[in-house]
Amino acid sequence: MTDREETFAKVAQLIAPFNKKGIALTDATSFAGDLEWDSLIVMDFVASVEDEFDILITMNMQAEIETLGQLVDAVEDLRNEG
Amino acid sequence: MTEALLNPMDPADDPLPDTIPGQDLFSKFDALIAEREALLDSGVRDPFGLVMEKVLSPTLAIVKGKETILLGTYNYMGMTFDPDVIDAGKRALDEFGSGTTGSRVLNGTYQGHRECEDALKDFYGTEHAMVFSTGYQANLGLMSTIAGKEDYIILDADSHASIYDGCALGNAQIVRFRHNSVEDLDRRLGRLPAEGGRLVVLEGVYSMLGDIAPLAEMVKVAKKHKAMVVVDEAHGMGFFGANGRGVFEEAGVEDQVDFVVGTFSKSVGTVGGFIVSNHPKFEVLRLVCRPYVFTASLPPSVVATAATSIRKLKYAGNKRAHLWENSKRLHLGLRELGFELATPTAQSAIIAVLLPDQDTTVRMWQALLELGVYVNMARPPATPAGMYLLRCSLCADHSSEQVGEIIAKFEAAGRAMGVIS
Repeated sequence: MTDREETFAKVAQLIAPFNKKGIALTDATSFAGDLEWDSLIVMDFVASVEDEFDILITMNMQAEIETLGQLVDAVEDLRNEG
Repeated sequence: MTEALLNPMDPADDPLPDTIPGQDLFSKFDALIAEREALLDSGVRDPFGLVMEKVLSPTLAIVKGKETILLGTYNYMGMTFDPDVIDAGKRALDEFGSGTTGSRVLNGTYQGHRECEDALKDFYGTEHAMVFSTGYQANLGLMSTIAGKEDYIILDADSHASIYDGCALGNAQIVRFRHNSVEDLDRRLGRLPAEGGRLVVLEGVYSMLGDIAPLAEMVKVAKKHKAMVVVDEAHGMGFFGANGRGVFEEAGVEDQVDFVVGTFSKSVGTVGGFIVSNHPKFEVLRLVCRPYVFTASLPPSVVATAATSIRKLKYAGNKRAHLWENSKRLHLGLRELGFELATPTAQSAIIAVLLPDQDTTVRMWQALLELGVYVNMARPPATPAGMYLLRCSLCADHSSEQVGEIIAKFEAAGRAMGVIS
């Protein structure tokens, strides 16, 4: 597995508890549209991603992230910076 | 994930569908309009459209011709009908007129505004005080001005809408931590880059559930990571600490808090907002803070009533003691009846009753109103974790008899609605 695939797999694991409908996860899966998350779920989920990878995803960055692929890319960037 | 920037504490921030070009811009509110109509069609009164026909005292009003005990006003210290406060307002109306028609930095600063800031400096024991037109604007002003693009604002996830809105108005990097979690705050501060200033935003009392922040531990952690600290004492002023300054006074962290934000629309009993600080450069905010500069200042009667009220609050130890008694008694009374409450004991003058769903909450709210008790209703997404709440806020002027009456009416309404057995 590449680093990115590994990150994707870890993020997918973190999504599982919030993926009530069992939506298939791809780079294109959108949080608001496909997973139908509200802002409270997003907050819980973001906190769990931050803690898993020991990074900070600011609310400013979150505003730019709509899909799972974008989130995985952001996590990769943040880990490489740190 | 765009809705993450929206404020989970603000009902107006539900994610809304996009409007197609040419479509009525109001169409995005259709779902909300439909939900509201369905609720009102079921025959209940509008919990967000109540009118007080007369206000008899800080604790009594006439609603639909009926005398009603007020238990949802944030009028904690009962200062709204204080004779000295009313006199000061009338005198200022006579001597200075009905309004300033100007910004604080132009023609909108009168002797009364200066005296009000002096009263605040004396009350808080600080070098500086700055009066804003509302508490909302005080937070809007501080958050948007003090932290620039390279700086970080670290805030509690359950922060008030004015804090979130202030962040949205500014350019700082915004980081949230889990509500009241010292460990989560510590971890997030530890992950910040070395560059950039840091402002940790805390509230003494969180108004939805009436829980208080562990300020001693939180301020310690913030200072360990070299952050400045602001505490919003909107719901703590007048009530906590030996001098009534707020939860931060009671927690013994006065010397480490850089800014205190507050409001005149709760314990002070009028309208307005403020920031107090000992920072040597604090006064420059008067020139750079847009929500201070680009709005009209408070009317002379308002600052006169605020100043008089603040001077009296300093010495209101007996009222503070009675308010605590009332809060503890109501909490215990409701708990013994079997109501589920948001905090295990009374932590502030806000007692939040948890209910299972919107229907039960509205029916319970209405049953209480019919019995002559007004409380606040709160629902998601204004509430944390999707809770439906009836929020009670006590007043130092509620008599012991009134608290007894309130508990009896909660019992009657709760049984009639099947909330308690």
